[in-house]
Formats: sequence, C-alpha cells, structure tokens
Amino acid sequence: MNTKWDMIGEQGLKFFGKMSATISHEINNALAIINENAGLLQDFTLMADKGIPLDPKRLNSLAGKIIQQIRRAEGIVRNMNRFAHSVDESSKSVNLSDIVEFVAALSGRFASMRGVTLEPKPTAVPVTITTNPFFLENLIWLCLDFAMDAAGEGNTIDIITEKTENGAQVRIMHVEDLAKAPLDRFPAEREKALLDALKAGLTAELEAGELVITLPRNINT
Amino acid sequence: MKTRVLLVDDEKEFVETLSERLSLRSYDVTTSLSGDDAVEKVKNHLFDVIILDVLMPGMSGIETLREIKKIKPLIEVIMLTGNATVETAIEGLKLGALDFLLKPCETEDLVVKINKAYDKKAEHDERIRAAKVAEIVASPRSVLNEN
Repeated sequence: MNTKWDMIGEQGLKFFGKMSATISHEINNALAIINENAGLLQDFTLMADKGIPLDPKRLNSLAGKIIQQIRRAEGIVRNMNRFAHSVDESSKSVNLSDIVEFVAALSGRFASMRGVTLEPKPTAVPVTITTNPFFLENLIWLCLDFAMDAAGEGNTIDIITEKTENGAQVRIMHVEDLAKAPLDRFPAEREKALLDALKAGLTAELEAGELVITLPRNINT
Repeated sequence: MKTRVLLVDDEKEFVETLSERLSLRSYDVTTSLSGDDAVEKVKNHLFDVIILDVLMPGMSGIETLREIKKIKPLIEVIMLTGNATVETAIEGLKLGALDFLLKPCETEDLVVKINKAYDKKAEHDERIRAAKVAEIVASPRSVLNEN
C-alpha cells in the first residue's frame, strides 16, 4: 500500500465509510423522532378509546412534526445519493462552490460534535472547474477535518471559493490557532497524494488563520 | 412514588416527544439536551434512571456517564445508540451502564428496561438502608458519630 493510487484508494474508502456512517446516523435520528411522534399519536388514540377527547390542534402539530422529519430525512437521502454518484466520473465540470457547500453539509455532524460552525459563503458568479469530484470532496473534507480540530469549540469557519488566474481556490478561513496546529503532520502522505492527483496546491497562511487549496481550471490539461 | 427519569439527548424533538410518552406512562421525566446540563441536574436533583444518548456534541455520552457515576454511582443508566455507535454503547456497559437500546426503539422495550433499572436501584437502596439499620442496632452510638 505504498503507491499514490493505493493510498488514494484506501483513503477514499475510509472517507466513504465515514460519511456513510454519519449519514445513516442522521437518518436514524430522523426515524427515531418520527417513531416517537407516531407512537404519541397511537397513545392519544388509545386514550380516546378510554373516553379522553382528542385535541385536533395537537394531532395537527404532531402530523406537522412527522412531515418535518420526513423532509429532513429526504434531504439526507438526497445528499447520500449525490455522494454515492460522486464516484461515477473521474473527470467532470463542477461548480466548486456547490461542492464546497455539499462537503460542508456532509461534515455538519462532525462540526457540531466539535462545537464548530461551518459557513460556506455563496459566490455571485459560479466558479467552474474540471476535476475529479470524489477526490476533491475527499481533499476538502480532510482540510476541513484538520481546520475544525485547529479552530476548536465555539468557532465559526468561513469557506470561500474564488476564481484565480489559472483556475480556482478554496479558502478555509478563521481557523484560530492554526499556527499551533500540527502542521508538521499536515498535509500528510494521503493529502499529498490527493493534491498530486488533483494537480492542486495547499498552503497554510498562519497569520491569517487560513488554509488555501488551489485548483487548476482543468485537471486534464 | 413515580420513577424519576432523566432523559438526555441533543435531539430536542426526540427528547420532547419521548418525554411526553413516558409521562403518559406515569414516569416523572426531566430532560437535558447536553451532557453538561445532565451532570448539573444529577448534582442537584434525585433520579432513579437515566436514559443517555451515546453521541452528543460537547460532552459525549461516555464522558457524561463517567461523570454521573462519579457523582451518584447507584443511578442506573440506559444508553441510547444508533447502529454506528454500538461499540461505544458496549464501552458504556463496561463503565457501569446497565443496558443499551438501539434507536429508533420500541417504547415498550424502553419501559421494560426502565422498570428493570428502577428495581435494581431500589434493591441497592434497600440493601444500603438495611446495612445502616443493622449498624445502628449493633452500635446505637454510631448514629451520633455519623452526625
């Protein structure tokens, strides 16, 4: 397991597993709430059988909560489907801001567990590049994972995508204590392999507290 | 007296609904949305059984369990977990949790586990009470020493 591609393959599987686990956990949480609300409806009907009147407003509110959780689960499943399809093509024209927003959404639970908020900022004009979507998602996740650890609890990380002369860049901003983070171990071999495969660059702006990923306009040229 | 239950989970909707369902089944339910808040409540109130989510932001379920067991070792804890965190729930059992349940769970299964946990705690409490009574009978002056 020493070649770049072996490393990328191994890391990709880990990334896929980690995201699948968090997605299933999120779906489970939505299902648990639906289960309890449906159970409460059942409790009310049993009580009605015993002569306790049903309150239509209460029933309506419970139905609303169930619908809300179904919408939540739908959103999670949509993300899961999109994530699964990100391995379909090894080279594709993508909207970079869209990918950043997507990875931030996938990372939401990991951020909230660390008390960190991820805020991808929308761009006025779409930043489009041709790249390997799955490798890019993986690289952004690894950078966000590192940045969240460095930022620590209570902090908000802004993520900005910008066009550059040769392509585009992703700026992971307001990473407090970036200078104190173990930058001797980051980027490690796995990140370097992904950077190489994506023909990308990664710099740490210590004073500004920023990680900057630079990406070519087209991975194939 | 109603069984006093503390329900700890960061999913507000889940906590509110399950709490109402348990209240309908005559449990005295208090809720917490974080491990820190749960620990504070355990310090200041009396509970028989705690239902504790494994995966929470801030203080994790396992850390919360450790703190609770330090403060009130006799409180029985049932861990709530998703499939992805069963191993963590097993770690919880090693740290003194009585049992665990997979989410979403059948309320009747939870009720059985709460009642079992309550019986176990009541048995412990009774043993301690009996031991204290036996100590007083053997040496009535021990009451004075205790005070």
